[in-house]
Amino acid sequence: MSTRQNFVRLGLKPAVFVLCLLPLLQQVWWAYTGNLGANPIGELTNESGVWSLRLLLATLAITPLRRLTGWGWLISVRRMLGLYAFTYGVLHLAVYWGLNQYFDLSLIAGDLKRPYIITGYLSLLFMVPLAATSTDAMVRRLGRRWQKLHRLVYAVAILGVLHYLLLVKIDFLPPLGYGLALAALLGWRVWAWQIAPRLAPLGRRQQAG
Amino acid sequence: MYIRKSSDIKPSEITDREVYRQRRRFLGLAGASAAGIAAAAALPGLLSASRKAHAQARLAVAYQSPFNTKEALTPYKDVTTYNNFYEFGVGKSDPAELAASLKPHPWTVTIDGACARPGSYHLEDFIKPHALGDYVYRHRCVEAWSMVVPWVGFPLAEVIKRAGPTGAAKYVQFTTLLDPRMFPGQRLPVLDWPYTEGLRMDEAMHPLTLLAVGLYGEVLPNQNGAPLRLVVPWKYGFKSIKSIVRISFVERQPITTWMRAVPSRYGFYSNVNPDVDRVPWSQRYERRIGDLLKRKTLMFNGYGAQVAPLYAGMNLNTYY
Ligand code: HEM
Repeated sequence: MSTRQNFVRLGLKPAVFVLCLLPLLQQVWWAYTGNLGANPIGELTNESGVWSLRLLLATLAITPLRRLTGWGWLISVRRMLGLYAFTYGVLHLAVYWGLNQYFDLSLIAGDLKRPYIITGYLSLLFMVPLAATSTDAMVRRLGRRWQKLHRLVYAVAILGVLHYLLLVKIDFLPPLGYGLALAALLGWRVWAWQIAPRLAPLGRRQQAG
Repeated sequence: MYIRKSSDIKPSEITDREVYRQRRRFLGLAGASAAGIAAAAALPGLLSASRKAHAQARLAVAYQSPFNTKEALTPYKDVTTYNNFYEFGVGKSDPAELAASLKPHPWTVTIDGACARPGSYHLEDFIKPHALGDYVYRHRCVEAWSMVVPWVGFPLAEVIKRAGPTGAAKYVQFTTLLDPRMFPGQRLPVLDWPYTEGLRMDEAMHPLTLLAVGLYGEVLPNQNGAPLRLVVPWKYGFKSIKSIVRISFVERQPITTWMRAVPSRYGFYSNVNPDVDRVPWSQRYERRIGDLLKRKTLMFNGYGAQVAPLYAGMNLNTYY
């Protein structure tokens, strides 16, 4: 095995796996020791949601980072980041259903009219096919269609930011911050894939002329 | 005349306050002695917690309010560490962490507007004419959590009578101190500073409406709105303005800070109302801090027997 494969398999992946687990472990430890503050359930709800969004943005940052730095190995942790974003999203939903609504269907249904709840559900819902098709076998089986399908992640992230924007009381700064980060990540793609390729031939022509 | 609706409270929730206080005192002693035995470095958390619990000066409380609820008190630690006080930042723990920058002494309170006896008072002189009482009230935040807080204070009505409002005084407006050196949060344009609030004259005169100078028998900690704050228990918490420097009698309904910030969500009245749904989240249920399960939110926060007549004939969907 090459040193690079060793680095990825024995160093990078386990490290990222543990790092992504830390927020969860911290919450569990704080819950166990009674350190979640006066409103522990609110804290669990918000932390799981915010980590889902952060990991989603981290997933979306891989491709631009890889292009900008030339670090090809970054791609080897993208799937893990995406699956963690999904995991935290599922935990977030579990906390909401169980500890906020006590699995009371009338409460859960009653909340479905709220824009922030709808965007939350849609965001997580769109993550389901992405998680389900994340295995190597699925990537191979779907081929080009896999790439097309996984563009859904843009909708997932936009809905996640929207969900956050729609639920805050007045302090729009944090959701706007995440929104700005997302805009930069998506903007880079528009630039790198749509605009730059069209400018490139132009540049060449000018050089030739 | 004003009779508390005791049916609002489940007997299982009733905890004798004196028992609670003794328990606290015991915990404080236990904490202190444990800290004495163990090396201070080994138990920094316990040490600081036991010190913080009763760091404020005690107040001379002369009477118990007839409105006191017998529900279990929210622990002092939660009342003083889980706060919305955007003058210190928008995080719930910001006020407790940053409140040392507020200097509640010396403090001047100004009474002005449509009244016979306007004036500016040193806080001590402002409070002196009033006997202090214990007022144990439910406190309901618009974010759908609630507490039971033993305030120390006196009815706002006493101050109003002293000032002698004229016929033009239809509303009372309150203003928080504007001073970004004391309130670091005022450097950010989160809200339109200074924070202002308002009450209709009959709401302000209501015997439930309180000017508080303390809680748990002690001087108000900075993060809870020292040195002088309003408490209006049947309205959402943001109506109970903190660190007041000005009380003005006005003819027109004032525009409050939250009305200005998000007019579609926050109205002048902001009475606790499980049926009016204007914020993104539901108001039907609330989490009492310390409870696992949520409870149903009561109309007027359970003070309907006392305050519903104030709003007779008003459509509370329109006047939210
Ligand atoms: C599956 C459906 C979802 C539901 C029902 C849901 C519900 C909620 C609720 C009830 C809150 C707390 C609001 C409050 O404090 O009043 C919340 C907060 C939040 N959720 Fe979700 N959510 C969902 C999905 C998601 C997803 C997929 C993401 C991320 C992409 C997300 C990110 C967030 C964030 C960032 C917060 C705010 C955290 C904070 O204020 O610090 N949510 N959500």
